[in-house]
Amino acid sequence: MPGVKQEPQAALLPGVVAVALSTAYLIALLAVEMQPLVIGLLAFGIVAVLAAHYMDWLDPVSRSFAEREGVLSAYAILAACVVAAFFHDNHFVLLLFVTVLLYAVATLGLNIEFGYAGVLNFAGASFFGIGAYTSAVLNTYTAVPHVLVLLIGGTLAALIGSLLLLPVLRTRGHYAALVTIAFALLLKTFLEVNDVLGGPQGMQVKGMSILGWSFNDNFEIGKIEMSFYLNYFVTSMLLLCTTFVLVRRLERSWIGLNLDAIRLDETAASCFGLDIARWKITAFVLGNFVIGLAGALFGMVGGFVAPNNYTFADSLIMVSILLLGGIGNPWGVVVATFIVVVLPEKLQTIQEYRFLLYALIVIVVLLFRPEGLLPRPVRRYFPRGRA
Amino acid sequence: MTYLLEARELTRRFGGVVALDNLDLAVVPNEIIGLIGPNGSGKTTFFNVVTGIYGAHGGSVTFEGSDITRASARAVYHAGVSRTFQRSRLSLPLSIFDNIMIGNHKRLNQGLWFNLVHRGEFKREFEVNYAAARRLVEVFEPQLAERMLEPVAGLPMIDRRRIEICRALISQPKLLLLDEPSAGMTHDETKELMDDILQVRDLNRNFTIIIVEHEMGLIERITDRCVVLNFGRKIAEGPYRQVAVDRQVQEAYLGVE
Repeated sequence: MPGVKQEPQAALLPGVVAVALSTAYLIALLAVEMQPLVIGLLAFGIVAVLAAHYMDWLDPVSRSFAEREGVLSAYAILAACVVAAFFHDNHFVLLLFVTVLLYAVATLGLNIEFGYAGVLNFAGASFFGIGAYTSAVLNTYTAVPHVLVLLIGGTLAALIGSLLLLPVLRTRGHYAALVTIAFALLLKTFLEVNDVLGGPQGMQVKGMSILGWSFNDNFEIGKIEMSFYLNYFVTSMLLLCTTFVLVRRLERSWIGLNLDAIRLDETAASCFGLDIARWKITAFVLGNFVIGLAGALFGMVGGFVAPNNYTFADSLIMVSILLLGGIGNPWGVVVATFIVVVLPEKLQTIQEYRFLLYALIVIVVLLFRPEGLLPRPVRRYFPRGRA
Repeated sequence: MTYLLEARELTRRFGGVVALDNLDLAVVPNEIIGLIGPNGSGKTTFFNVVTGIYGAHGGSVTFEGSDITRASARAVYHAGVSRTFQRSRLSLPLSIFDNIMIGNHKRLNQGLWFNLVHRGEFKREFEVNYAAARRLVEVFEPQLAERMLEPVAGLPMIDRRRIEICRALISQPKLLLLDEPSAGMTHDETKELMDDILQVRDLNRNFTIIIVEHEMGLIERITDRCVVLNFGRKIAEGPYRQVAVDRQVQEAYLGVE
């Protein structure tokens, strides 16, 4: 029946259950190391999701996230903290987790460009790399405060991205995609031949420190030793939450509407006074800023940058996260980043075949659920209210 | 007499085809003009040139006394001209409300800071506009007003046409260009839609319509005056009853015996 709204209380439960189950599953998946167990767990996960799909349990979950977002976000943050606390002394798992968070941030940036404004960007990893190299250079040669370095990384990515604006605004579709691909190749070559930036060997990046608190030292709470990656976990979580709120507000504003209108029909949009160039520039610059910011932090987390870490293939991974999760849905981005980043790491023993498996999963999802795992719902400006 | 819109010797070519050939057309405020003629006679081209989608190859267009011949589509909209399209150009995945708000662009605060940070003020602006859009949709179809946040994709053609007209009307344009609103609809639906348009006009006396249409019953009923085009040239002008019996017009539609 049109006009009848779902009872809010009824909508909360599926979301909470989904968060709880995914948290438990994620902890189990990250904890097991024996390959048969990993594969068994993955198979179980896929079967469980498929079963849930056929029982029509997934739609209540996405409705729940759409309508009770505030509360569920708090649960999701709590869940992330639980996972981090569980692995508090495990360097490897925490590094993987932080990688997921920062890739999610970067893909949220890509989502502003591609998901909302429809501006294709196949150079996501390049802008990520620009951020990382900014950290490397500034932390090595200057004493710029590290929080500022992050912002400079984002700004530089946005500025260098602006060089692409002219060709990106003048071309459409495949041609715009080609421009960004060309840029990705150019940047990688530039980094390889540039000795100041370490050439093909890359450079070391000094770890982050804020107000004398060095992020690269383990610390203790009570008598329990904590991995230094927890520092980065907290910072990455803050960055992810901020970006998430930004993307959400952007979508639920007139600007989000403008971007959608331009993506869907430029001619009609210009007949209603929209400045196509202005909004494409806004999306592209903002998106690249976010990607660069994530990259700058990622550089400090990894402690090392090299041209080979920011290739066209890495850009494709960002695009596939977006497609897999559901273009335009930030929750989809977060879920898909976990799948795309964690899966290949956990399947180490099947070697290079792991990419085959991961590619298969992406293809199968796009074949049977072309709108992604969590399709974007219709815009609700103020979900809890009347509208 | 001052004209709201005046085209003088307007010409537009596509390769060797002359789509508009020295067309003179003047519209006074508050009249409803029917723009008729056989297929390919230049009616939609006229709309596209006026709204800045195509450039003109000769002649001029003035709107409220200022020259808009070379104005962009954006500038024409900001001057107060809204239109609908022959083939519906709604954004299908977006909601009814979103589609209507696209038409309200010039009356919404587009500042980055306002949209992202001042959510309280944004909410007030949103509520004012939501109410306005709802009121407008209610004039056309009260049931649609209950479904403002549903995607347009699921709606039948008549409702899509209604929303397209609402999108053009929400910014209270001075001139409305309707490009074949009856296309793809049944006879009864067309009649219903026209009743709606006349109703909106009664609510707001201060606007002018140019309508392109093949449905002659509709033209007869709502227009004050008709302009007939053939091969981009004006061949007749006057009240419907008068142009309908014009020999040249009958030849254009039916061919020469």
